[in-house]
Formats: sequence, C-alpha cells, structure tokens
Amino acid sequence: MFARYPPGAGIGENLVSHAEDNEGTRRDFLYYVAGGAGVVATGAAVWPLINQMNPSADVQALSSIRVDVSGVEPGTQLTVKWLGKPVFIRHRTGAEIQEAKEQDAEGLDALPDPLARNFNQPADAPATDENRVMPSPEGEAPGAWLVQMGVCTHLGCVPLGDAGDFGGWFCPCHGSHYDLAGRIRKGPAPENLPVPPAEWTDNSTIKLG
Amino acid sequence: MSGIPHDHYEPKTNGEKWLNSRLPIVGLLYDTLMIPTPKNLNWMWIWGIVLTFCLALQIITGIVLVMHYTPHVDLAFASIEHIMRNVNGGYMLRYLHMNGASLFFVAVYIHIFRGLFYGSYKAPREITWIIGMLIYLMMMGTAFMGYVLPWGQMSFWGATVITGLFGAIPFVGDAIQTWLLGGPAVDNATLNRFFSLHYLLPFVIAALVIVHIWAFHTTGNNNPTGVEVRRTSKADAEKDTLPFWPYFVIKDLFALAVILVVFWAVVGFMPNYLGHPDNYIEANPLVTPAHIVPEWYFLPFYAILRAFTGEVWVVQFASFITGGIIDAKFFGVIAMFGAILAMALAPWLDTSSVRSGKYRPMFKWWFYLLIVDFFALMWLGAMPAEEPYATFSLIASAYWFAYFFVILPILGVIEKPLAQPETIEEDFNAHYGKADAEATPAE
Repeated sequence: MFARYPPGAGIGENLVSHAEDNEGTRRDFLYYVAGGAGVVATGAAVWPLINQMNPSADVQALSSIRVDVSGVEPGTQLTVKWLGKPVFIRHRTGAEIQEAKEQDAEGLDALPDPLARNFNQPADAPATDENRVMPSPEGEAPGAWLVQMGVCTHLGCVPLGDAGDFGGWFCPCHGSHYDLAGRIRKGPAPENLPVPPAEWTDNSTIKLG
Repeated sequence: MSGIPHDHYEPKTNGEKWLNSRLPIVGLLYDTLMIPTPKNLNWMWIWGIVLTFCLALQIITGIVLVMHYTPHVDLAFASIEHIMRNVNGGYMLRYLHMNGASLFFVAVYIHIFRGLFYGSYKAPREITWIIGMLIYLMMMGTAFMGYVLPWGQMSFWGATVITGLFGAIPFVGDAIQTWLLGGPAVDNATLNRFFSLHYLLPFVIAALVIVHIWAFHTTGNNNPTGVEVRRTSKADAEKDTLPFWPYFVIKDLFALAVILVVFWAVVGFMPNYLGHPDNYIEANPLVTPAHIVPEWYFLPFYAILRAFTGEVWVVQFASFITGGIIDAKFFGVIAMFGAILAMALAPWLDTSSVRSGKYRPMFKWWFYLLIVDFFALMWLGAMPAEEPYATFSLIASAYWFAYFFVILPILGVIEKPLAQPETIEEDFNAHYGKADAEATPAE
C-alpha cells in the first residue's frame, strides 16, 4: 500500500484510479464488505417495520368458526362474519334449485368466469351449479345449501340478496349482477363469489375455515 | 435565490452580523419574502397562499382533534360524537377540519388548472410541477385515510373499496391488500395505521411544499403571458417585477379574506352539505350502504375507475394481449392512476413552445373542454353505475386521456400561436397605462 506513495510526492498527484485496476485491492474489498454489510443491516432494520403491518397473531387465530344453521328456513339467508368478512349461507327452495338448474343449462359460455372458485373443489373445476353448492345433509334435495363469501369480487362491497337481473345477488357499489349460484353474470366484477372452506360437522352445523 | 437580479440581505448591526456569520437564516427568509415577482400576476395566482393556509388550518385543527379522538373500532365513532357534543367548541373544530379538506381540494384543483392553462408546467418549471403532483397525491392519501377515522359506514366501505384497488394488482395483489389492512378485512388494525399515517403525511406535505417553493423561487414565477422576466440587468428585472412583500402578500391576503367569508358561511350554516348522511351511521362490516360515493374531490377519478368495465373493447383488447393478466378490475385501477400520471407528464407531452394559453387560439378551446370534462366526470362519479351514465363516463374518460396524450402533442405542431408581448412590462402597461406604472406602483 505505502509503495504507491513514493517519498517526496504530493499525495493527491499519485492517487491511482481503481477503474483500470483489474486485480482488486484490499481497499476495494473493504468497500464491498462495508457496502454489503450496510445493505444487509438496512434490510434487517427495515423488514420488521414492514412485517409489523401483516396480520397479528390474534387476527390470525380467528380463522375457523362453527355456525348453527338449524334456524335457516328454505328461501332465507344467514349472513355470518368470518375473518372480518360476511359469509352468505343460503338455504335454497325447490323453485330456486330448479331455476339455478335452468341457468346452468345456458352453458359455461354464458359465464364471464367459467371456474367454480370453490375452495372445496379442484382449482380448475368448471362453474356448474353442482360444483358451487354444498353437499346436502341427509334428507335434503341436492343443491339446497349454497355457502359463499358475501364480498363482491370487484372491490369488496357486500352484495344484496334477492336482487339483480339474474335473481341472485346484486352489488350496489358498481352494479355487478350474480346469479342464483353466485356466479358473476354482468358488471365489472371479474370472478364468481368465492366459496370458502366449509363442511358439515353434523346435520345442522357448518364449519367455516 | 432566483436567477432574477435583485438586492440581497445585508446584515447591518453587529448583532445581525454575528448571527449571519453563524446561521444565515434572516437572509434566507428575506430573500424568500422579497423575491421579484412578475407584476402582471392575475387573481389565479392567489391559490398558493390559500393552499398554504389550508395546510396550516388542517394541521392545527387536526392536532387539537386528536386530543379527544380514540382510534379504536369500538370507540372511534363514539369519540367523534363526544367531540361534537361534549368537547368545548368541538363541533366547530371538527366542522373546520372536515370542510377545510374541501377548501384544500377546491384550491388545489384551481391551482392545477391554472398551471395547465398558463403552461406553468413547461421548462424550466417541470420539477415544481412534479413536486406539486406528488403533493396532490399525498393530499389524496391523507384525505382518504382521514375520512376513515370517524368509523362511519362511508368510512368503512370507502376504505374497503379503495384498498380493494390494490387487491387488483396481478399475482401479489391479495398479499399487498392484506398487508395494508393488517388482516383479511378492514378492522381495528386498519383504523390504527390509518390514524398514524393521517397524522404523519401532512408533515411530509409541509416538507414538499418547502421544496415546491424552493423550486419555483429558483426558476422564478410563471405569469399570465408566459413571457420570462428579463434577467439582463437589475434595472430591467425591476421593470418586470415587484417584490413579493408587501405587494403580493397584501393582494393574496385580501383574496384569502374573501374566500374565508365563503368558507366560514359553509362551516357555520351548512357544515354537512359536502358530507354523506351515511357516515353518521356506525360502520357495519355486514351491510354495504345502498350507494357508496367517495367525497366530491375524488369523484372525477372514481368515474374513470368505474368507466372501464369488461364490455369495453380497450379492456378486452388489453386482457387479450396480456393473456388475461390485465382484467377489467386492474384496467380500471391503471386508468385511474394513469389519469393523474397523464397530468404529471404534461411537461413532456405538450410540444408547443408557447407557454400561456392566452396566445394559443386552438389550445384554448380544448382546454375549456377539459374543464367541462372534469366537471362532467365529477357528476358522473356520483351517479349510480348504470346506463346512460356508464357510456357518458367512458366518453368523458376517453377525452381526459385524449387531451394529454393526443391533443397536447399534436396542437404544438399544427397550431399557429398569436403574437406574444416582448416583455412583462409591455403587457402590464397595456393594461394599466405606462405613466401610472412608472410613477409609484404602491398606489
């Protein structure tokens, strides 16, 4: 190192440009180490500040609930809060099941979103009425129970029941129409109402999550 | 500070010299306050002072409101009612803060359109313009988060819809949305962080305002002719300008007083006129209000957000060429932010060498149409999402983009501008007469 500065020479006149220095000096090495350590330290300091905004432990703990649906008569809908969002539990009448089947007969081409969006089905399951509804408990017609998130897939409003051009749900915020199986038919929403993880724990209790 | 030749501060007493050699703060303030200002500025140049006043008003009323407000989902709504009913003069402080936000946006929109008409965004004032756009974006963020704090129905559902915009980003949208909200939906975590940021951002805005002023004090003010102040000599510069203090300070304060008369009338007699009754209902995550409408100052961009549905061919085309990554929802979000970005890019989209719209016969009319378009979008944003409003929104949105990306670039090439005055002095004398101008400008 000292050999670079011959005795008697002004220091400024003999500084060597490192640009042409292919070998790399100890000083270069120190620059890289110091710079690298600085980047790592900054990252380590910033990450907790970002991560603290992610859901906290108590919020994550509320991820599974049981809902008693024995009082939900055919033709009515129960709205429950799960993970801070509404879930629609719809008990469909025979006429509604029939109408949903007729809507089904229009084929997947009539649907803007051809996927079932059902957590309990494979991801590529087609959006037929059958793939959207819950399996019925014993003694009930197939398709009697429809469980779905009550959150419009456009920008998150709660759609209104028994409304819209397709007899299902209508989102008042930006005019999305969903049919009797909760499938998007018209308006800005891109996807069908998602079906959350749901199963029967007995004949009158649904477990969400 | 500016490139315009003028007298600088000279410390005279020993005390002034002592301070000046250690911290030249008096000189900084003197030069800022005495900046040579074009003497032909019209009444459109008062809005900067109004905006500065609004920022101060919002910070001061905000700080005292925080002394009585509780940021918790169970207590926030009640604490607002506590401010309204129990706190001494609390209703007035809150009404000032609520309507102060509206005055802030009235002023910023006029200020922006002033800049668009007189070409204030053009070289060498691009940085001033960009900083201004950043301030405007921060104002929108601050206003949005502030509106969530009372925890009414519009607060909650407005927050749900707007944070939903981030959920539209392909692939990482859901993770970003959850991170922003601190949970799967708008809840206590969201309220707390919005409160924290709502308190922080005005101070960031204040810092940006200083940079904004710094930038245009470096280039000098634009003026209604768009002609630059002569920098050839101090004598020439003095023929074109007057010092900011006292001439423009007095003028601006007079304008502010007139505006405050109107503002005070609104605060005193119709404080809820610009708000929504739904926000006096406590937030309920299970019921969406029949008609979610943002505050009036967001309506033009909200209309653009809603205009691009899946039936529009541009949206279908974008979806097709990106293999479905850009869907109708994401397209709407891009369009909304794009509408603001278009304004920010104006310095590079406008090809005309003439600054002021006064001397641009064709530009003038397209500009007036843009103003009409802005109000049309504002009206459409408040209408329900159905025909015929959907089609109107699409046409109005299309014009907004066409103005910036098609009309501004083309006009500069095909338009034949009118003759501009040689100097600001010439323009001033044409209005006020030479003799008066040269005698005593103070009269």
